[in-house]
Amino acid sequence: MLKSKNGMKDGLLNSVKAGPPALLELSSKITALVVDDNTLNQTIHHRLLDNLGIQNQVVGNGKEAVDVHCSGKNFDLILMDMDMPVMNGIEATRKLRTMGIRSLIAGVSARSTEKEKQEFIEAGLDDYQEKPLTTTKLASILHKVKKDG
Amino acid sequence: MEVGQMQSRLADYTKSLFMEGILDAQFLQLQQLQDESNPDFVVEVVSLFFDDSEKLLNDIARALDQQCVDFKKIDAHVHQLKGSSSSVGAQRVKNACVAFRNFCEEQNAEESRRCLQQVKQEYYLVKNKLETLFTLEQQIVAAGGSVPMIELSF
Repeated sequence: MLKSKNGMKDGLLNSVKAGPPALLELSSKITALVVDDNTLNQTIHHRLLDNLGIQNQVVGNGKEAVDVHCSGKNFDLILMDMDMPVMNGIEATRKLRTMGIRSLIAGVSARSTEKEKQEFIEAGLDDYQEKPLTTTKLASILHKVKKDG
Repeated sequence: MEVGQMQSRLADYTKSLFMEGILDAQFLQLQQLQDESNPDFVVEVVSLFFDDSEKLLNDIARALDQQCVDFKKIDAHVHQLKGSSSSVGAQRVKNACVAFRNFCEEQNAEESRRCLQQVKQEYYLVKNKLETLFTLEQQIVAAGGSVPMIELSF
């Protein structure tokens, strides 16, 4: 079953190719960690990242995100949900920053009050996007990811 | 019915779901993630949504039936359902969840039960509509046609 060309995706990829450095080339070397307790969101975010050629791993809460870093792994980008059991996104972000993790952490939250958003940002976020994530929102996050070296 | 007519019928049906507010733009986002390498992505995600939602609705009903209602637990379930419905574009389910959460905060059992009925109603409506949509798509493919991407101007 073939779908006709996705105008939005084409448009995004074209704009992505135009930016310096070529984001599409860059995105194939970026690694990402998806932190979300909702299995549906995990599937969608995983696919969004896969689509852009970004190698990614998925965990279900803030503690698992911290643990995966303790095991020695590192990521260029972390997509952090806010409301999660065991350890929420605010605590996890604070913990990762305390550990010296300098990855780009983008808060992805369904929360909408300014106070909650501010608290999340102050925990150490580099970016904040409202859920649900879309290709466009992800592209704006990716433009902020800098590769070392 | 020939393929062109089927495609028109599908396009009209899909547009009606947006006009009635049953689906929102997030559903289009899901469709845009589907391609030749992942041709069943939308059906897979929506199936996950159905499984998740039915479990959550059962858990909520059970919690509301308890002698001592745990509103914190119910709120957590409704939050999950709100997140899932939002991610697939099930707008009316999401809105019903928002209303539900307000009553959870007030610890109002009677209103919460009414909200649960409302959420269930919206959920079964969107489930029915999406199953019909997928059946229409399958009919087109079975007849040798392709499913066109919907262009919507809001």
